[in-house]
Amino acid sequence: MIDSRYGAQHTTDPDEFVRVADVVKIFGDVVAVRSVNLSVRRNEIFALLGSSGCGKSTLLRMLAGFEEVTSGQIMLDGEDITAIPPHRRPVNMMFQSYALFPHMTVQANVAFGLKQEGVDAAEIHDRVFEALDLVQMAGYSRRKPHQLSGGQQQRVALARSLVKRPKLLLLDEPMSALDKQIRQKTQIELVRILEQVGVTCIMVTHDQEEAMTMAHRLAVMTEGQIVQMGTPQEVYAFPRSRFVAGFIGSTNLFTGIIVVDEPDRVAIECDELSRPLVVSHGVSEPIGMEVHVSIRPEHMVVSRDMPETEENWAHGRVSHMAWLGSYALYQIRLDAGKVIEASVPSRILASLDAPGIEDEVYVSWDADSATVLAS
Amino acid sequence: MIRVPVARFLPSMRTLAIVPPFLWLALFLLVPFLMVLKISLADLNFGTPPYTPLLTFEEGATQLTLHTQGYARLFSDSLYVTTYLNSVKMALVTTFWCVVIGYPMAYYIARSSPQVRALLMLAVILPFWTSQLLRVYAWVGILRTDGLLNKALIGLGLISQPLEIYRTDVAVYIGMIYAYLPFFILPLYANLVKMDLRLLEAAYDLGAKPWQAFWQVTVPLSRPGVIAGAMLVFIPSVGEYVIPELLGGADTLMMGRVMWGEFFTNADWPMAAAVTCVMVLLLLVPLALFQYNQMKQIQAGREGASKVPTNA
Repeated sequence: MIDSRYGAQHTTDPDEFVRVADVVKIFGDVVAVRSVNLSVRRNEIFALLGSSGCGKSTLLRMLAGFEEVTSGQIMLDGEDITAIPPHRRPVNMMFQSYALFPHMTVQANVAFGLKQEGVDAAEIHDRVFEALDLVQMAGYSRRKPHQLSGGQQQRVALARSLVKRPKLLLLDEPMSALDKQIRQKTQIELVRILEQVGVTCIMVTHDQEEAMTMAHRLAVMTEGQIVQMGTPQEVYAFPRSRFVAGFIGSTNLFTGIIVVDEPDRVAIECDELSRPLVVSHGVSEPIGMEVHVSIRPEHMVVSRDMPETEENWAHGRVSHMAWLGSYALYQIRLDAGKVIEASVPSRILASLDAPGIEDEVYVSWDADSATVLAS
Repeated sequence: MIRVPVARFLPSMRTLAIVPPFLWLALFLLVPFLMVLKISLADLNFGTPPYTPLLTFEEGATQLTLHTQGYARLFSDSLYVTTYLNSVKMALVTTFWCVVIGYPMAYYIARSSPQVRALLMLAVILPFWTSQLLRVYAWVGILRTDGLLNKALIGLGLISQPLEIYRTDVAVYIGMIYAYLPFFILPLYANLVKMDLRLLEAAYDLGAKPWQAFWQVTVPLSRPGVIAGAMLVFIPSVGEYVIPELLGGADTLMMGRVMWGEFFTNADWPMAAAVTCVMVLLLLVPLALFQYNQMKQIQAGREGASKVPTNA
């Protein structure tokens, strides 16, 4: 069950620039977007994160004006743009495939938007080269799109969507057409450019790393709804549901029943652990209630010695180990049969005498690193 | 033991695959054309065959005799020059109207839903299921002074005197546009249907009104389809024989008819061959341009494909 109350934040933010209010999109008998509410601040980079078919792209297309809103309202800078057709919206989009006009040069592609407005030729020229300079593509102005690499095409597409100085910039899966090696570098570069020009930006991505690298705030979507919204740090540290915990980063989930409920100390008994699991914060459920607990792999401490505490540890055997450069990822089969993941930084690995497969180990964690999930 | 790399001496699969079409073209296009060229350089002769041989053996020496009076007559007799010009004019007008009528049709079909698309394409191709001759004859029945069209218009009270269309250039145009329209629609449709519609969304997004997006994006991108379709209409129209013969008047001069006249009425094979050779040359120019355009398109596509990394 997905709880929609986290998506609806009906607070009036003085910096609010974009407001999506109760927006619904129905295609035939398929509900693509069900009552989405969100507000984006001026000059903020906001990410809509979700797997394919979650409705994020439909929401983006409604913001661009390509899809009509079934019900609800979209406000931009105090103006209701819900019924305005795409060519009259002060919104520009960078398409996933870039959608550069193949028959036009780089310069003509970037000039296209200004030409439609009837800007005079001299000004078009200046603004086009200003935009191309911004993305360091001025030297390629006479090339055709097919003569450019994927990364260069992306920069031209960005220049084209920024040259009209839109109030809102939309990015549709901005990195998906790029090679993995240049992705991260490009993400940082893109954020630098967006912050330099100062534009409000909503991006859509299925890649949580991309959203976390680029966005100031993000919203996790599934089944046409926003399930959690916040800064990347907030969402990562305090996921509200098993879905979010699993979607943003990887995690170890335990299911158990609350047996002790004291201030700052809640003990949960679960079948997958031989010892009680103690959580120090964020529990509002009563005794006897079934809850889910998320513990991130980086919070799992692996050791060969038995911890001295009574709770928050387990015994198991290494079933798999992958060394990933800066850290090693362990899969450990606990005595109760559950397999958990723990990441161990490389510098600690040596002092641990690097446990190998089938070695007996103990995993432990702090009470404040476990997060209780509402659903 | 010496290993001989046999594969190196055998033709590659690629070569083998290219051979049959080349053989076909050589046998059924090049050889007949050379025969026609040979006849065009011979002189009229009463007998079988009705032309003189090019090579003769006299006193042990081989003698080559080329007669060019056929070609000379082509340029001295204004009838031929007028006929050529008129054929090209009629083909151009036909092509023009095929573009004007065919573009909206191809566009509409390409932008319809897949089911409607299949149905409409069937409607475009359906006339090919009957002989062209029959379809042109049907136009005789429609356009005649006492034909269907005039009867209908008089019956509706729109005109009092029947329109004189049959046996005029207008009738030839109607027949040719009708007959060649599908040849224009098919390649253009193929081009329009594979167009990336996100380019239009990008144009709208950048502030283009729908008609601006059409003129600045759809039209330039459909150019290869328009050129291919126009060539498929223009080239056969220049040499068209059946339609001007059945629908045109005595003064509708077209190369196909002149050729027929030289061949069957005058029995002047060399002259008919000369008319044909010049017409082929006349058609070679647009054909070469067409080929060049196609090659450029393919090359551009290849370069584009190899330079853009496709990554999901």
